[in-house]
Amino acid sequence: MMDVGGVYVGNPATHPLKTAKVYVRVRTYTFRMFCVRKGSGNVGSYVARRLIYFLLTLWLVITCTFFLMHFLPGSPLSNEEKLPPDLKEQILREYGLDKPVPVQYALYLGNLLRGDLGLSFSYDGRSVSELIAQGFPASLQIGLQGLIFGGLVGILLGTVAAIQRGTWLDNATTIVAVLGISVPSFVLAAFFSYYIGVKMGILSPGGWESFADSILPSLSLSFLVIAQVTRYIRSEMLDVFSQDYMKTAKAKGLGRRVVVFRHALRNALLPTVTVLGPLTVNLITGSLVVEQIFSVPGMSTLFVNSIMTNDYTLIMGTTIFYAFLFMVSVFIVDILYGIIDPRIRVAGMKE
Amino acid sequence: MRKRAAVSLAVIWVLSTLLTACGGLQSQGNVDERGAQGPQVLQLMTNNEPGDLDSATSSDVISGTILNNVMEGLMRLDKDDKPQPAIASSYEVSEDKKTYTFTLRDAKWSDGEPVKAQDFEYAWKRALDPKTKSEYAYILYPIKNAEKFNKGKAKASDVGVRALDDTTLEVKLEEPIPYFLSLTTFSTYLPQRKDIVEKFGGDYAKEPDKMVYNGPFVLDKWAHEQNLQLKKNENYWDRNTVFLEEVKIDIIKDTSTALNLYTSDQKDVTMLDKAFAEAFQSSPEFTTVTGSTVQYIQFNTENSFLANTKIRKAISLAIDRESMVKLILKDGSQPAGGFVPPAILGYNESFRKQAREYQQFQPAEAKQLFKLGMEELGIDSPPTLTLLSYNDERKDVAVVLKDQLEKNLGLKVKVNPQPLKQKIDLETKGEFDLSFSGWKADYNDPMTFLDMWVTNGAFNTGKWSNKKYDELIQKSKGNPDFKKRINDLIEAERILLEDGVAIAPVYYKNQAYLVKPHVKNLEFHSIGPEYTLKETYIEKRK
Repeated sequence: MMDVGGVYVGNPATHPLKTAKVYVRVRTYTFRMFCVRKGSGNVGSYVARRLIYFLLTLWLVITCTFFLMHFLPGSPLSNEEKLPPDLKEQILREYGLDKPVPVQYALYLGNLLRGDLGLSFSYDGRSVSELIAQGFPASLQIGLQGLIFGGLVGILLGTVAAIQRGTWLDNATTIVAVLGISVPSFVLAAFFSYYIGVKMGILSPGGWESFADSILPSLSLSFLVIAQVTRYIRSEMLDVFSQDYMKTAKAKGLGRRVVVFRHALRNALLPTVTVLGPLTVNLITGSLVVEQIFSVPGMSTLFVNSIMTNDYTLIMGTTIFYAFLFMVSVFIVDILYGIIDPRIRVAGMKE
Repeated sequence: MRKRAAVSLAVIWVLSTLLTACGGLQSQGNVDERGAQGPQVLQLMTNNEPGDLDSATSSDVISGTILNNVMEGLMRLDKDDKPQPAIASSYEVSEDKKTYTFTLRDAKWSDGEPVKAQDFEYAWKRALDPKTKSEYAYILYPIKNAEKFNKGKAKASDVGVRALDDTTLEVKLEEPIPYFLSLTTFSTYLPQRKDIVEKFGGDYAKEPDKMVYNGPFVLDKWAHEQNLQLKKNENYWDRNTVFLEEVKIDIIKDTSTALNLYTSDQKDVTMLDKAFAEAFQSSPEFTTVTGSTVQYIQFNTENSFLANTKIRKAISLAIDRESMVKLILKDGSQPAGGFVPPAILGYNESFRKQAREYQQFQPAEAKQLFKLGMEELGIDSPPTLTLLSYNDERKDVAVVLKDQLEKNLGLKVKVNPQPLKQKIDLETKGEFDLSFSGWKADYNDPMTFLDMWVTNGAFNTGKWSNKKYDELIQKSKGNPDFKKRINDLIEAERILLEDGVAIAPVYYKNQAYLVKPHVKNLEFHSIGPEYTLKETYIEKRK
């Protein structure tokens, strides 16, 4: 079901290790470019080049989606099951949907260049940008809350597991991590809604009135983050522990705390940040089932419903928005990389 | 800082006590008459955002239900789904039953302007205007020249609706039909204010302050995808019968969340799907509402195997509808022996009461017929058939149908569940053998079900054809003798199911609800809107 919205499709986190390595390489390279240009005072051309790639990717996404969605059977009309065919043809003509797809594509691109995402079909002529602006804040809120909570807990668990390697604590975090990945968020959501919402009556089983209503959906989303971050931090920490410079640090007489936090954790964060970029986009653009279970007025229904109702303009709008966020997040990850890992920055400078 | 907070808390406390007191006073006045007591606030839920509150283009049930409570047409449905005078205080019908003259009562819009006959003329012509792109425009086609205007073949001034003066509306019909008054309760037939529609243009009815109301309630707040809030309309002509001060409708998409909110006493009414219906069947709060939807199997008669009438009949007789309804659906749905659901009126009473039941479970006869049919076709073993189906909860029904046919006839069936749009696409292209489908009434008359099956009918995708049937339907469309007309339609349904077996009806869909005992007079409808809240009130909670 989740594949429909494209929310979790191609999630780089599905093969975390493999993807992460590739990401690391790509990132390192681009950042080096950045540093070289920066060193020679030519940031502008780097950004310009980045922007061109950015627009090119966006155009490709738009084009592919546009033609693919016109292969969907049916029309965007809502009363299709009962609409007499001749009336249907006439309405499609009024909307300009009887024109050949390439013509519609050209018209759409023209409007898009003027910043007009068009009007939704399924939401009676409401503008697509208005719908996105209306749904995004709620998804963003529960996504970020889940991410921050999950990230912090994950770092903590991962660090503890690495330090206490082989003990029951390590095993316990492994179990948490495996559960977090294998138990889907909607199972957790239904579980929380029923036990915390109905049985214990502590929080509302659904709704969107106050901050309290956002706790359970955020919590349901955070388990995946906890699991992923824990696994990454743990394995990277262990990797770092075996490095020579750790011995040096210890030999220098640095305290255990300084060694773990300043030297080990900082290096271990690197691949985690790489995965967090795309994961963040997934989280803040909403999880269909979690949002449905807790009645969060977020974006996920727009994603999924637009495809089921053939709401062409809304499909395009949400896809463009998603692609845009994704690319921005990749860019931010690049920058974070340099901040966290001085090696890249320094190496880049020297070149 | 803390002091200020304390002061504002105190103010809020005083204010809320005052407000509660006011509310209490108001409703106390009514306690004696009907037992309404306590704050008259109803907590409801709906499973989706209303798609469109512009009555000219609206086509979904959720919007239709909101409109039914914030607007009012010439007539309004009562609790038995019969049309009762609403904005029209009276009407006259001409001798040939083709001209209706409505006299409007002294009613006002929520902004204080009078509701005029011109508002109806404007709204109907706007819905018919091809530029409006209304997907429900066809519901206005019984009006003279309406279809021609909608298809660009006549002018707006040719359409048979005219305001003779501010309070008199004259409607001319193409043919005499018995259900015109019930049509006027539909959302497409609601009045609209020209000045308001033109003032807001594309934004009309998109926000609560971008429309006006003439019904029992006004839309007070609308947080998209979250909730809607209705408030009593103080300008409504019949405001003295309206008890509820406020109705809060939360948009809850997940049925189990809805049930959780209901059982934790935050909501007063919830819809039940079949997964939960069974668990609550014996609860005193459980109620089922007769729907106007029939679920049936359509045969593709272009398939040489299914072209044989005996085979089709055998399939229909091999379906055990009784156990399907009892063991699988459990939501109060009824086994269908006919095609027109019981909620539909025939001549003054339910059409079902006047017509016979045709299809019952007769496994022995089914087997016999199946064998004869195969002999006629000269084949020894039946081919494997595909059963096209919805991919929603009705998929389970399709699987049971498959099992029953395999068990009772030895017929191999492959279920092919598809999303709605894909299913319609495959049906239109004729790419199916059997198709499990549903049809919901557009208006309260058997014709909304029976005229689908005429030769080359748009929804007759199984290409069934019967000359006598076509004649009966054609004749009934313009027959001013409504009693004879119903007899013709009964005969038509008999041909459809007994002689021709164009389809195999399976069940009439009903909807199960849970309603808290303190909610009184909540009127559910079989046709059109889901409910009317006009006379609903809250009794003292126990």
